[in-house]
Amino acid sequence: MNRFLLPLGIFLVLAVFLAVGLNLNPREVPSPLIDKAAPAFQLPQLHDTGRTLTPQDMKGKVWVFNVWASWCVACLEEHPLLVELSKRNLVPIVGLNYKDNRADALQWLQKRGDPYTLSAQDAEGRVGIDYGVYGVPETYVIDKAGIIRFKRIGPVTPKVLDEQILPLVKRLQG
Amino acid sequence: MLLLLTTCLPAFAKEAAPAVDDPVLEQRAMKLAAELRCLVCQNQSLAESNADLAIDLKNQVRSQIREGRSDAQIREYMVARYGDFVLYSPPWKPTTVLLWSGPFMLLIAGALALVMYLRSRRARIVTTELTADEHARAQALLGGGDRR
Repeated sequence: MNRFLLPLGIFLVLAVFLAVGLNLNPREVPSPLIDKAAPAFQLPQLHDTGRTLTPQDMKGKVWVFNVWASWCVACLEEHPLLVELSKRNLVPIVGLNYKDNRADALQWLQKRGDPYTLSAQDAEGRVGIDYGVYGVPETYVIDKAGIIRFKRIGPVTPKVLDEQILPLVKRLQG
Repeated sequence: MLLLLTTCLPAFAKEAAPAVDDPVLEQRAMKLAAELRCLVCQNQSLAESNADLAIDLKNQVRSQIREGRSDAQIREYMVARYGDFVLYSPPWKPTTVLLWSGPFMLLIAGALALVMYLRSRRARIVTTELTADEHARAQALLGGGDRR
């Protein structure tokens, strides 16, 4: 009997490791930007290209920074949730329109609702690179001092919003 | 002949130029890009990938080389944005100690287990002396005598 215990033990340990490994999402790469200052940028605003937007404009406020594009299918998934969030007036949402055509982007917002307090246009994707964007949509929570506190890669789900984003926003605002 | 060669060479140099505007730069950029992971298609390097982001990042590598930044600085630039995950060869630091030393620890554990097993096996082998009678019998069975 005893001679079976060791192989059985090894098997169980391996099975646990594999089960945990298979349930991890390889797409969720831990961001090195958490707890770092939000990278500076100065971009034209989407609605009025004559005006610019920089993270400095949001200093003193907790804000949500959402990277999206009209060509991004997954953005459709989270969009109604963002529109709803914007109506609740809990936190300003700033949009970064990433590598998009301006006309397409404006049409997209007109058709589906515009949840953004302010929108910037990152036509070449340079700012996206500074924020470590690799899969649109991506969402950040940035605190009053301009420090990135949270990053979500992929669409925001009701669960992520209620369990992670909103409690964090509340804590940072308090 | 010499004259022919000297007149030919600049012509060659000029013709090769349009293919890649700076082959030395391109070679360095591709060597660096091969060490960096494409985050969109995670099992490819930046060099192999044609994903939109990979192309942007390759251009970023090229323009930074042109600006005179070192390979280490460019690697640092990528890590600051995308984390250690972009490096195919992760750095040695507290969170990666197990990753780097794990295989060696397993090797040492295996060697220790083998040594312990061999020792315990040797202890279990019982050696008994033959009596003179048994010795003679064995000798006879094996073909007798002291002939070897």
